Amino acid sequence: MLAALARRPAPILIAGLLIALGLVLAAAGVDPWSAGAVLWRGAFGSWYALSATLIRATPLILTGLAVAVAFSAGVFNIGAEGQLLVGATAATWVALRLGPHTGFLTIPTVLLAGAAAGAGWAGIAAWLRLRFEVLEVISTLMLNFVAGFLVSYLVRGPLQEPLRIYPQSSSIPRGAQLPALVPGARLHIGFAIAVAACVAAWWVLRATAAGFRLRATGASPTAAWSAGLIPVGRTMATAFLVSGALAGLAGAIEVTGVTYALYEDLSPGYGFTAIAVALLAGLNPIAVVGSGILFGALEAGSGALQRDAGVPAVVVSVVEATLILVLVALNRVRLPSSGSGGGGSPGAVRASEAG
Amino acid sequence: MTGAFLDATVRMATPLVLAAAGELVVERAGIINIGLEGILIGGAFGSLVGATQGGVGGGVIGAVVGGVLVSVLFLSFVVFGGTDQIVTGTAVTMFALGATGALYRTLYGSAGAALTIPTLAAVPIPVLSGIPGVGAALFAQPVITYVCYALVPALWWWLYRTHAGLALRSIGESPAAAVAAGISIRRVRALAVVVQGVLGGLAGGTLVLAQAGTFAEGMSAGRGFIAIAIVVLGRWQPFGVALAAVVFGGASALQFAMQALGLGIPYQVVLAIPYVLTLCALAGVAGRIRAPAALGKSEAE
Repeated sequence: MLAALARRPAPILIAGLLIALGLVLAAAGVDPWSAGAVLWRGAFGSWYALSATLIRATPLILTGLAVAVAFSAGVFNIGAEGQLLVGATAATWVALRLGPHTGFLTIPTVLLAGAAAGAGWAGIAAWLRLRFEVLEVISTLMLNFVAGFLVSYLVRGPLQEPLRIYPQSSSIPRGAQLPALVPGARLHIGFAIAVAACVAAWWVLRATAAGFRLRATGASPTAAWSAGLIPVGRTMATAFLVSGALAGLAGAIEVTGVTYALYEDLSPGYGFTAIAVALLAGLNPIAVVGSGILFGALEAGSGALQRDAGVPAVVVSVVEATLILVLVALNRVRLPSSGSGGGGSPGAVRASEAG
Repeated sequence: MTGAFLDATVRMATPLVLAAAGELVVERAGIINIGLEGILIGGAFGSLVGATQGGVGGGVIGAVVGGVLVSVLFLSFVVFGGTDQIVTGTAVTMFALGATGALYRTLYGSAGAALTIPTLAAVPIPVLSGIPGVGAALFAQPVITYVCYALVPALWWWLYRTHAGLALRSIGESPAAAVAAGISIRRVRALAVVVQGVLGGLAGGTLVLAQAGTFAEGMSAGRGFIAIAIVVLGRWQPFGVALAAVVFGGASALQFAMQALGLGIPYQVVLAIPYVLTLCALAGVAGRIRAPAALGKSEAE
């Protein structure tokens, strides 16, 4: 059995994994087929459901892109969750400070504040990595917790709504709220911003010198350094900051487009699902849009699953984890400079098949 | 006041020592396992299931089974599938957190139905627990804490004084040399991860059986990640890791002490201290420590 596993790992691993998934679902009282139908209706069954899916997909696309950019450069930023929270916090603060005096620059200012804060939060981990060689996997995880405590403190302290009843901020003014994508719909322009960011990132990675430096650093830092033309440290730092900015933007868009206020459970773990989004997309920015929508559908549908079928919504994270494991077992995911995987084509090439 | 603080420090440090000792074993074999967080929650949930069936003893067995199940998920992918350690570990943690959450809600009703289960009571050691000052804090603890006292020197002896320990360390430092010496990297790494499953499962069980007396979704609350930082801080040495775990236990205990003192410091600041401390400590030890040379590299053979 073990010898067979060592020879042909992927099929056996995936079969075992699906059995494990089946056992968990069965123990949780889920009938996969009827649950799948409920999930589908909840995600795509009506205009309302579709709009909910795309609203849910927006932060997943942006954080997924954040992870994809970082991983492409060989930076293991798993702190998108914290960067998103800090971005949401900064956006809320700026929106409330601007008050009712709003103009056409209000929304760009608020969104930029979120992106800058996210970049700053990621900058801490980048600095620790480059100056002190602290593994970013550990530092970004720690910073996620710190960001959570920061929000928890602010919504019970300096940023709490004036009546001081609920642990949340005041609502941000009308002029700082994102307009609807189509008049009358719930879907806001944040979705369009997320898609535009993906297209822009794809173009930068594909067609610019900066994009080449980033991919070269990710593919092999040693080779990039030996080539002499690529400042590896600065490239990694740039990727880290851009990644943080995208996650921070996701937080700002969530506040200005969906919640209109800051509170603790603003993110149901978008920053962690983002890793699955980026991996499913094979780190390709364009494919991130598709995989973000898929995960948005899973999460939007899971609400329906809990309401209509009595299935705990957390089951979805088991499904997401299964998906990641299947992808790594199939070696669809080739991570740059992570010291893993055998030969094969680079991630960007495989992405076109995976997305 | 100080007595209560010391007591809380030892109590908070116990699961951290267990979890970090497990992570130390796998990291010396060249594996970094972010799935430790998942192993902890698996152990915690396992101990709940075990304790409702067979009391405290059942709880301990359940903790080990839960932890090992999660570690087997990790090792089949990383050791036998050669997958990326960080991504696999993250997925394993997501899987374990989701599965335990879903099973808890299904088996024990919706959240809020707090179960009370038999717990590990403190067992004072005669004479030693009477030592003024530190006696009660060190020697009037649940048995699992005493297990840690024995575990740390035993782990040191095993790592540095036995052939098996040498084989483990050689894989972490120079896989090629280990292969040349006839050591099966896969077998040793697989066993190391199972050992981590046992220790991490016990750590999760400690949270349920010796601290909370019940289970809550996500109750591991990042301790698995902290344990990974503790291993770095403890310089990959058993005694260093134990000391680092006590420092972290102390930081968590400080939260209670400060609340009792009523200094008016927001509790979130106190809760954030261990995490900030990890970052500062990691930056502080930079350049003076060296990780196992092959850490994180799956392509060992």
